[in-house]
Amino acid sequence: MSYLKRYVMPIKSYLAHPHKNEKQALINALSGIEKCEVIPSENKDLLIVVTDTDNNLEEDHLKEQIESISSLKLLVMVSGFDTPKSK
Amino acid sequence: MYTSLTDRRSFIKKMAVLSAMTAAAAMFPGILFAEEQEAKIPNSENLDWKKAPCRFCGVGCGVLVGIENGKAVAVKGDPKSSVNKGLCCVKGYHSVMAMYGKDRLTKPLVKKNGKYVETSMQEALDLIASKMKETIKDYGKDAVSIYGSGQWTIPDGYVASKLFKGCIGTNNVEANARLCMASAVTGFMTSFGIDEPMGCYDDIDHANVFVLWGNNMAEMHPVLFSRILDQRLKRGVKVIDFATRTTRTSMASDKSIIFKPNTDLAVANAICYEIINNGWVNKSFVEKHCTFKKGLTHMGFGLEDKYAFTDKPELIDFEAYKTFLKDYTPEKVEKISGVSAKDIKYMASFYGDPNQKVMSLWCMGMNQHTRGTWINNLVYNIHLLTGKISTPGNSPFSLTGQPSACGTVREVGTLTHKLPHGVVTNAEHRAHAAKIWDVPVENIDPKPTYHTVEMFRALDRGEIRFMWIQVTNPMVTMPKLKRYRDATKKEGRFIVVSDIYPTPTTDIADVILPSAMWVEREGMYGNSERRTQYFEQMVEPPGEAISDTWQLVEVAKRLGFEKQFYYKKETHVEEIYNEYKKHHEGKKHAMAPLEVLKSQPGAQWPYVDGKSTKWRFNSKYDPACSNGEAFHFYGNPDGKAVIWQRPYEHAPEEPDNDYPFWLNTGRVVEHWHTGSMTRRIPVLHQAMPHGYVELNPEQAKVMGINTGDKVKLTTRRGEIILPASVNERGVPEVNHVFVPFFDEGMLINELTLDAFCPISKQPDYKKCAVKVEKV
Ligand code: SF4
Repeated sequence: MSYLKRYVMPIKSYLAHPHKNEKQALINALSGIEKCEVIPSENKDLLIVVTDTDNNLEEDHLKEQIESISSLKLLVMVSGFDTPKSK
Repeated sequence: MYTSLTDRRSFIKKMAVLSAMTAAAAMFPGILFAEEQEAKIPNSENLDWKKAPCRFCGVGCGVLVGIENGKAVAVKGDPKSSVNKGLCCVKGYHSVMAMYGKDRLTKPLVKKNGKYVETSMQEALDLIASKMKETIKDYGKDAVSIYGSGQWTIPDGYVASKLFKGCIGTNNVEANARLCMASAVTGFMTSFGIDEPMGCYDDIDHANVFVLWGNNMAEMHPVLFSRILDQRLKRGVKVIDFATRTTRTSMASDKSIIFKPNTDLAVANAICYEIINNGWVNKSFVEKHCTFKKGLTHMGFGLEDKYAFTDKPELIDFEAYKTFLKDYTPEKVEKISGVSAKDIKYMASFYGDPNQKVMSLWCMGMNQHTRGTWINNLVYNIHLLTGKISTPGNSPFSLTGQPSACGTVREVGTLTHKLPHGVVTNAEHRAHAAKIWDVPVENIDPKPTYHTVEMFRALDRGEIRFMWIQVTNPMVTMPKLKRYRDATKKEGRFIVVSDIYPTPTTDIADVILPSAMWVEREGMYGNSERRTQYFEQMVEPPGEAISDTWQLVEVAKRLGFEKQFYYKKETHVEEIYNEYKKHHEGKKHAMAPLEVLKSQPGAQWPYVDGKSTKWRFNSKYDPACSNGEAFHFYGNPDGKAVIWQRPYEHAPEEPDNDYPFWLNTGRVVEHWHTGSMTRRIPVLHQAMPHGYVELNPEQAKVMGINTGDKVKLTTRRGEIILPASVNERGVPEVNHVFVPFFDEGMLINELTLDAFCPISKQPDYKKCAVKVEKV
C-alpha cells in the first residue's frame, strides 16, 4: 500500500455539483487549481473534474482543496486510474 | 507497439472523462458537454472540415465532416448551424462510421437460380429497364411501382416522381414517410390547407412551457431536447411529458403524466373544454381567423383490402362545438384516460394563461395512431382557441424522424396523391407539373393509386408486379410483416432494392443495386423546420455504387425518356434542383437558390427576397400574408384555420382475456430506425446490441421475470421470443410492454397490426393486444 501511495500517478474523474446559481463560481474556482481540469456541462448544473497528479498524497491533498470550495455542493468520484510511474 | 507514457496518460485521461460523461448521462438524460464533440477526434492538420446536414434524424443538425486522405474520419457539430449550435448527439457524432461497415454492398447482384451473381452496373440497369418495359406491356403502367423514403435526397425523390408520375404515367409512388409522417401531413392539410410547421426551432428559445405529446425527445430528438433543458437552466421553463410509458424524457421532465393508449383524443378535447369553460378563448383571434368543422366518425381502421374512406367535412358553429365538448369535462375524461381531472386542468391552465408561451411537440406517438389526423387536429384546436400559434414561442410543432421526410417526401411529393406542387387530382396542379416536366399533361393520372400498406397488398394480390425499393427497409418496418414478405416471394413479382448494406429487404430482391450514401454523393435534405440543407460529395463511393438519383436517371433514359432526363452527370444535382425549384415558385413556398444553400447551413422556405421565413401565417414574418390582418392562414381558400370537432374513439384492437397486454413499439437513442447503419457502428452496436421487451417492474416480479430472461410475445399475427428488460431504460405501465424495432434478428413487426388512420393511411405501431409469457 505504501509502495502504491508513493509510486503511482493517479488520474481521477469526478462529478461536481454546484450550489444553486453558483455553477460559474465553481468553474472559476476549479479552473484556478493546478493539475485539475474542468469540463462543464452545457445544459445541466454539473461539471466533470479530472485530476492528474504525481502521487496519491498529492491527489488526497488536491481533493481536500476541491472540497473546501464554497460553491461546491457535492463531489462524487466516478473513476480512478493509477498509472505506474516511468521506471 | 511502443506507447509513450504521455500518450498513455492522455488516453487514460480520455477514459476518465468518458466514464464521467457516461455516469452523468445516466443521471441526467440529455446532458451535453462541449468537449464531448472533440474527445475522440483525431488531431490532424490534414483534416479538411466540410459542412453537411446529419445523415440520421429529422432534427437536421448541421455537422462538419472531417476528411483525411479521401476518407471521412470525424464529425463535429457545426457551430454556425442554428439547429444544433455546435452540438451533436451520439448517432451524429459516429455517423461517418456507417459508411465503412465491412459488408458494404459494392457490386450489383442479380438473383439467378436462387443465388446472387455479381454483375456490372450497366447490365443490372439494362435488366431493370427491360423488366419494367415487359411488365408495363403485359400488365399495364399501374403494375410498376417505386417505394422510397424520407432518406431519399431531394434529387432522388424528384427524379423518381418525374419518371413514374410524369413519364410512365402511374401514381404508384410511395415512401416510408407514409409510416411516420402521413398523419402530420393530413393534420396540417385539414387544419391549415398547407403542409409543414408554421414555427421553427427558435420557438424553443421563446416558449415558457413545453408539452410533449407522446414524444420521447430525450432519445429521439436528443439535440432539441438538450436545447429545451438548456432553456430550463437559463430561464426556468417547464417541461411536461404526456405519454403512455415512463421514459428518459419523463424522468428529465418537471411533470410526467401517463394516459391510457388512444385517450390522448379525449384529453385534448378536455383541455379545449377547460379553455372554453374558464373563458380563456382568444375571442378576437378565433372570430377573425378560425372556422369550426366536423367530419365523419366511426370510419373503421383499414384492416380490409381495398378499404376506402373520404371524409365529408361540414361547417358547424361555436355553440355546436361547445355542446360537443360537454362530453369531455375533465371529470368524465379522467375515467376514460386515467389522467386525473387535476392534471388535465393543470395542462389546460398553461395553454389558457395568456402570459405563458406554449410549445407542443410530437412525433410518432400522435402520428402512428389510427386516429392520427384527428389527434393532430385536436392539438391545433388548443393552440387556435387560445391564439397561441405562429408567434415566437407559441408553437404546435410536429417533429420528423428522417433527415428528409419533409424535404423529399412532403415537399417533392413522393406519395401517390401528391405532385411537387399540389395534388394529382387537381387539373391546374397537373398542368403546372407537366409543363416543368416537359410531358403531355394527359400523362399524369388524376387518380391516386395505392398508399403504402395497400401498395404491398396490391403486390400480394398481383396487381403490382414490379417494385423498386430505394433507401428503406420495409421487410423490417411493415406492420403484420409476414403477409407482405410472403407477397414479395410470390411467382411473377420482380423486386429491385437499392441500398448500402444487406438487409432483410435485400434478401427478397431479384436485383440489388449498391448505392452511394450521404456525402459519397451530392444532394439536399429538408428537416422538420422547413430548412433545406445542401451537401457536396466529399468522398468516393465504394466499388460500383452510384447514387439513387443516377440509378433512376440511367433507367429513365433506357426507357426512352432522354428528353426529360437531359441532365449531365457532372452537373445533374444542380440541374435537378433548379428544375425542382420552379414547382414551388411564389411567396408561399419559394425555395432558396442553390448558391445560398451552398454558402450557409441551410435556408427555410418560403425563401423570399433573400430571407428565410421563420414563422408562417404571421404577417410580421411571412411575406405571403396578404389579408391586411396580423394573421393569414392562406393555405385555405377563406384564409382561416379550422377548429375540428373530433371525438375520442377506441383503438381497433385492445387487450382482452386472450391477449391481455398492450404492445407498444418504437426506437432507442443508439439506433437509427431499422439499425442497418447504426448496428454497423461498433460503439453504438455494443451500447445496444439487441432488441428486448420492456416490462413493468412490479408486474415482472409477480411473473418471476428478471432482466435477460426469455419472454414470449404472441399476438393474433405471430409470436417472438425476446430477452426481458426490467427497470433498465423505460418503465411501461402494468399490462403494457414496449419493444424497439431496430433489431432485424427480433422482428417485432411480425406481431403488429396493419390498421391505419383512414384519412392519412398511416399505420398504428403503438397499440395492439399481446400475450406475454415467461419461457
Ligand atoms: S439529433 Fe438527429 S440530426 Fe442531430 S446529430 Fe443526432 S441524429 Fe443527427
